[in-house]
Amino acid sequence: MTALPPPLLEARNIGKRFGGVRALQDVSLSIRRGEIYGLIGPNGAGKTTFFNVLTGLYTRDEGEVIFAGAPLPSGEPHRVAQAGIARTFQNIRLFANMSARENVMVGRHARSKVGVAGAVMRSRAQRAEEAAIRQRADELLAYVGIAARADDLAKNLSYGDQRRLEIARALATEPQLLALDEPAAGMNATETGTLRSLIARLRDDGFTVLLIEHDIQLVMGLCDRIAVLDYGQKIADDVPAAVQRNPKVIEAYLGADA
Amino acid sequence: MSAAMSFTRVPRKVQLVLAAMALAALPFMVSAGLGNTWLRVLDFALLYVMLALGLNIVVGFAGLLDLGYIAFYAVGAYVYALLASPHFGLHWPVWAILPVGALAACGFGVVLGAPTLRLRGDYLAIVTLGFGEIVRIFMNNLNAPVNITNGPKGIAGIDPIHIGGHALSQPLEIFGVTIPALVLNYYFFLALALLVMLAGLRLHDSRIGRAWAAIREDEMAAKACGINTRNVKLLAFAMGASFGGLAGGLFASFQAFVSPESFSLMESIMVLCMVVLGGMGHIPGIILGALVLTVLPEAFRHGAGPVQQAVFGQVLVDPENLRMLLFGMALVVVMLYRPSGLWPDPRHRQEFNSR
Repeated sequence: MTALPPPLLEARNIGKRFGGVRALQDVSLSIRRGEIYGLIGPNGAGKTTFFNVLTGLYTRDEGEVIFAGAPLPSGEPHRVAQAGIARTFQNIRLFANMSARENVMVGRHARSKVGVAGAVMRSRAQRAEEAAIRQRADELLAYVGIAARADDLAKNLSYGDQRRLEIARALATEPQLLALDEPAAGMNATETGTLRSLIARLRDDGFTVLLIEHDIQLVMGLCDRIAVLDYGQKIADDVPAAVQRNPKVIEAYLGADA
Repeated sequence: MSAAMSFTRVPRKVQLVLAAMALAALPFMVSAGLGNTWLRVLDFALLYVMLALGLNIVVGFAGLLDLGYIAFYAVGAYVYALLASPHFGLHWPVWAILPVGALAACGFGVVLGAPTLRLRGDYLAIVTLGFGEIVRIFMNNLNAPVNITNGPKGIAGIDPIHIGGHALSQPLEIFGVTIPALVLNYYFFLALALLVMLAGLRLHDSRIGRAWAAIREDEMAAKACGINTRNVKLLAFAMGASFGGLAGGLFASFQAFVSPESFSLMESIMVLCMVVLGGMGHIPGIILGALVLTVLPEAFRHGAGPVQQAVFGQVLVDPENLRMLLFGMALVVVMLYRPSGLWPDPRHRQEFNSR
């Protein structure tokens, strides 16, 4: 057996408490480069909490995360983004009064560097960087398929387009891991279909994707591996077919007598 | 319509030259038509333009409600007063003091910004309000045990700005033409106001301006985009404060006198009104707001008496009392009929109409 390459992300014994409630307990999982990794579980299982701990929105109480060979900071979302993990939000969080293009341009912030002096003097370097940011934003809008809406305010986009814009903004940070929090929530069948092909294309283009999703069909069809959370603990972690047969998973979703 | 259309066809350089000529001629027209009182008002209007543009960075760009902004104006003014007056016997040149004043105000901006980073909206407003009052009260009381600010009596005899050996408080004879002191001040203030405006416009259209806008729109999403919101917010406070400090220095030299009562909460509120009424975040709107709110109270002050005399044959209400009443009513009317400001960002206005 050949040695596997080290995982892109390795979460070890993650724990998170809210007062007396243990929202996450001893959750470990590892994500390999280039795969789509699903995270599912019944409502309140701790999926989004895990997401927020991973991306630094919450500080973690226990455990550590190794990302691309280095420990990931806790409670500092901007450093997590700089380290190469980009995320979308369950309830879309766009910059509503900025255009679609500007939203994506904000995503380039951490990958650009001109400061106040450069901006005020409008130096040659600043103009070149600004042009590059703009060009990259337009490329990404085209990539997710909303190039025609570049100048529209984010809040005027359709729901499906807003989801795609959020993905484009996340991609602008040059992530190694793209974490999508229920991207299909509230989508109709057509929109979900477009989303599915977009996520598949992301994998084909070399991105690693962490996907939280309620739409079981979408998860089973897309993911290479799936972890199942229930009451803040991981109860399964396997390929989709095995997860579907796992009695613990069936119990968690349907109850003990099913 | 056709005149406006044809104007847009005029080359940009020609437009700029025409605008520059109009701005250069303005003080002479005001002086000839309305008198020196109004010329003075015009000079003050330019100071308020600078203040409003500075506050706009904090409130309009970054979305941080600051009710104590006048404190930075005060810091700039007192730095100038202490370094160029008989009070300490110091007489630094203007080119040294204005940057020092702006830097000192910038430092105060960071001092205010750092502990308030976690606060937003109402809570931030209350803390900044307190900060503004603290600075004023310090200036009122720092005359004992060591006399630094001369307390409520203020500092008098402040040096005028000297440029090329000429004091701006004296008229200048050039090619046989006499340019009055108020006009000289106007030109100098105008130049600095234009620089502040240019800096504001360029910051707005930069990576930093986008980061400010992102924080204003959704701070959590901004963090997730890799923006260090702490540093970017501090930068907004620091930049806004430096512009306030710069305007403060000019104010001190122009008045030749500073005292704590010039920096009351009412002044902070006036500058905030200029920003909100003009159109938050939109620089042309801010300038309009500052001009309107400087000129309007003065117009009421000078106009209310004669108008009453003409209509009723006598002055029924003291113009001084009527002034703030009319001013308040004007504010209410503007906010009712133009809730996004007199001249908001066209993109947002379009949005507002389409709703």
